[in-house]
Amino acid sequence: MSAHWSWDRAFEALPVLLEGFKITLIATVLGFLISVVLGLVIALIRQAAPRWVSVPVRAVSEFIRLTPLVVQLLFVYYTFTGLSPLQIGVVVLGIHYSTYMAEVYRAGIEAVPVGQWEAARALSIAPTRTWRAIILPQAIRRVVPALGNYAVSMFKDTPFLFAITVVEMVTAAQQFGARHFQYLEPLTLAGVIFLLASYPTSLLIRRLERRLAR
Amino acid sequence: MIRFDDVVKQFGDHVVLDHLDFQVERGDRVTLIGPSGSGKTTILRLLMTLEKVNDGVIWVDGAPLTHEEKGSKLVPASEKYVRRIRRRIGMVFQQFNLFPNMNVIENITEAPIHVLGLDKAAAAKRARELLETVGLSDKETAHPTQLSGGQQQRVAIARALAMDPDILLLDEVTSALDPELVADVLDVLRDVARTTDITMLIVTHEMQFARDVSNRVMMFDAGRIVEEGDPATIFTAPKHERTKTFLKAVLAD
Repeated sequence: MSAHWSWDRAFEALPVLLEGFKITLIATVLGFLISVVLGLVIALIRQAAPRWVSVPVRAVSEFIRLTPLVVQLLFVYYTFTGLSPLQIGVVVLGIHYSTYMAEVYRAGIEAVPVGQWEAARALSIAPTRTWRAIILPQAIRRVVPALGNYAVSMFKDTPFLFAITVVEMVTAAQQFGARHFQYLEPLTLAGVIFLLASYPTSLLIRRLERRLAR
Repeated sequence: MIRFDDVVKQFGDHVVLDHLDFQVERGDRVTLIGPSGSGKTTILRLLMTLEKVNDGVIWVDGAPLTHEEKGSKLVPASEKYVRRIRRRIGMVFQQFNLFPNMNVIENITEAPIHVLGLDKAAAAKRARELLETVGLSDKETAHPTQLSGGQQQRVAIARALAMDPDILLLDEVTSALDPELVADVLDVLRDVARTTDITMLIVTHEMQFARDVSNRVMMFDAGRIVEEGDPATIFTAPKHERTKTFLKAVLAD
């Protein structure tokens, strides 16, 4: 193994990495969709459901939020056999992040002024309609940037899927390195690809943030 | 039409309404005056069911607002029951509380469509009439953030009127406005008072307005009514010492 950069090696690694990147993207996008929806459900249950529902949901979501993602991946991987490693990865990633998203939604919901609730009540608007047409649109608008930031952080957490044998980009890079005794190019490229994807996304989020603040 | 029957409201140890009894007749325009913290706003909030009484009963048109009649007994009202009674009451708030995620016409038609079940076209037609009444016909598609406080408050008045309330509660509706915007809002309300027979309960510091629109004035202090009468009497010849000092203080500025 040498620390000399070889362009040939880099070009050889690129297709393998892009193949892995596809898996990274799939895991991120699907995981994000699960977490955005499930996070909202958890937030609503915690705000509006009767105590016998909200208390256990809260306990479980705190437990998931405060234990490591890798442990959850391994636990599900070794206890559930019906699903493929990628499916498990997507679901666990989605559930894990939904507990963070729930916190984000909660903050957004609590930031809606109490006067909005009172105005809705004064107009006799039913609670479900109040949530759907008045509270949530305002709350979600506030939290879109925060949700986007979690999407980026989720994207960067996809390499943990290596623990359950999913060949996403970093695992692909490592395998390539192991085959050729040359880690420099594949790992550097993997890093660059991550950056090329995250940086524009974070710029987009910042722009969105500014637009929504108006 | 509205009757407070031995109503007690307290926040913690602080007694806001102290065994309060009063009655408002249909079509009355009642102004509640008194120092801040004397319980005026709480009365409106209780009527709007934004607060719950600690004791006593509030009646609206012979039906208890706070309680439900089960046989001959009064039990605390269910949310469903309250919603039915409350539908006849409208409120305009100090802070306007327009929905910022909806434009002007959506703000006004939201409840008529989703609560009264009006179809979209009928609700929009009514909303346009009301916008004309409040002088904002050109703001139909504007968003609340694009409007001045006075304009927002006029939209809020239109929004409350769109529900055809029998009772309208006005809670310091000009207190949050720049002085030069107050007149427009008060003109609109004078108009509403003149052209409808809606029962109004008004909390305001605008004494001239109170004089113009109300037929009764109630002076509050420490959760009790210290004096009441027609505006001419209360404003020009108050009997109670507390009323005299209060009016002297408000009219001075």
